[in-house]
Amino acid sequence: MIRAALFLLVLALPAAAEEVIAGLSQNRVSITTSFDGSEILIFGAVKREAPIAPESPLHVIITVSGPSEPVTVRRKERRFGIWINTDAVEIDAAPTFYAVATSGPWEEVISDVEDLRNKVSIPRAIRSVGLGVTEGADFVEALIRIRTRQNRYQLQMGAVEVRESTLFRTSIALPANLTEGDYVARFLLTRGGEVLDIYETEIDVRKVGLERFLFNLAHNQPLVYGLMSLAIAIAAGWSASAVFRLIRF
Amino acid sequence: MQIYLPIAEVSVNAFLLLGLGGLVGVLSGMFGVGGGFLMTPLLFFIGIPPAVAVATEANQIVASSFSGALAHLRRKTVDLRMGTVLLVGGLIGAALGVQLFNYLRGLGQVDLLVRLSYVIFLGIIGGLMFIESLRAIRRSRSGSGTPTRRKHGIAHALPFKMRFRTSGLYISVIPPVLVGICVGVLAAIMGVGGGFIMVPAMIYLLGMPTKVVVGTSLFQIIFVTGFTTLLHATTNFTVDVVLAVLLLIGGVIGAQVGTRIGTRMKAEQLRIWLAVMVLAVCGKLALDLLLMPSELYSLGNGGH
Repeated sequence: MIRAALFLLVLALPAAAEEVIAGLSQNRVSITTSFDGSEILIFGAVKREAPIAPESPLHVIITVSGPSEPVTVRRKERRFGIWINTDAVEIDAAPTFYAVATSGPWEEVISDVEDLRNKVSIPRAIRSVGLGVTEGADFVEALIRIRTRQNRYQLQMGAVEVRESTLFRTSIALPANLTEGDYVARFLLTRGGEVLDIYETEIDVRKVGLERFLFNLAHNQPLVYGLMSLAIAIAAGWSASAVFRLIRF
Repeated sequence: MQIYLPIAEVSVNAFLLLGLGGLVGVLSGMFGVGGGFLMTPLLFFIGIPPAVAVATEANQIVASSFSGALAHLRRKTVDLRMGTVLLVGGLIGAALGVQLFNYLRGLGQVDLLVRLSYVIFLGIIGGLMFIESLRAIRRSRSGSGTPTRRKHGIAHALPFKMRFRTSGLYISVIPPVLVGICVGVLAAIMGVGGGFIMVPAMIYLLGMPTKVVVGTSLFQIIFVTGFTTLLHATTNFTVDVVLAVLLLIGGVIGAQVGTRIGTRMKAEQLRIWLAVMVLAVCGKLALDLLLMPSELYSLGNGGH
């Protein structure tokens, strides 16, 4: 296995001159009131000086990750006949959004060593230092399962289309429950499981307009925001009452 | 039509929210309950984060109870004096409740305790009301028609007596203040108005006439939930005004309709329906605790 890896590494070296050039259909995602998710088209090309090395096929991995935040994962157990939270594990940093798209099956696109080094796969993108290996694994698995169900974590093997070992494209669907922040799109060019080149670019996910105004107000002037909410509530209650009285009498 | 909520940070269907608000508003007007005990679990169900649901629901209850209370004020079915006494207790309770909420959240058990208290409170109250109103209906059918007797209980024996003219009572202020405190704590913890506790407490503990109870409870709920909204907005930043507006548009209209239905129904009927509803919610929550959940793990905000 190690010998095979070394062999591939040696083979890959001459091809190091291959570079990624990439682009996104949009560098900003604006969260407006009618925001209902967004689809980002990601495309690019491989720039190379030498002719295409024939040994192993070229692969592209594209990851898009949202801002990382600490997460507490709790597990329920049956106690006294009811299901209650018992154990909890604190995960240092887990991306709020993480999508991986590859151009082929996982084992072919990237080796385990490179995955570990570059933190490409979903479990590796989650930083959980100091967790017990057996105990912690269940919790990390649960985190991935829950977020995958919410479309926050996506693994799309074979979703990147590569043409003539040069052009590639894919699209990543951002769900509606998006957290604001700087998202990072990473492009990894691999051959025989070894990473040849990495290119990174940012996607700015921001609330705009009314969303921006309300969010800022709520955080910077919470008292004003709270009073405004109350005023709206009272006004709505009063006007409904007045309107209904007009209808009745 | 999908709409993105700025604080909750999720996208939901606007018509679904309007509908939910309307439905709960009708119940609010009919029974004088804020409807929070139904709405808060419904909001969890459609994917609103619990902290946002609890805080925003408090704000929405302000609107629906204000609208409901106005209708009752016009018909003079609000005991303002009793409402003020209950309110004093309510504000103390709400402040205590927010402290308790933050303490339990640190332990990671806030969800369980909220659910457990829902089951216990709703179970006891729903059961009591159901039996009591069944008896009342049977009594009125058999024709004997025993008039409601005023029992001289604890409320009459304690000091600090006060005359509540609208309710026709002369009782100590201690029991109403205590009821207010309990309701305030619940308002802060559960994101409910507390009407489902207060209405039976007023009828059975304080001996107030049913017609006055609904308006008075709505009157008290406006201020306690208003106070809770401000506490949540300034400490947790979890009040979502867009969500609140959608819920309350449906809610205030529903409350007006509900108030009119309520005046046409007999007090006993009103009570038995409220009891059935309370028991149904209680049963659903109890099942959630007893049956094995499909997902044993849950995610919470880290970093505490």
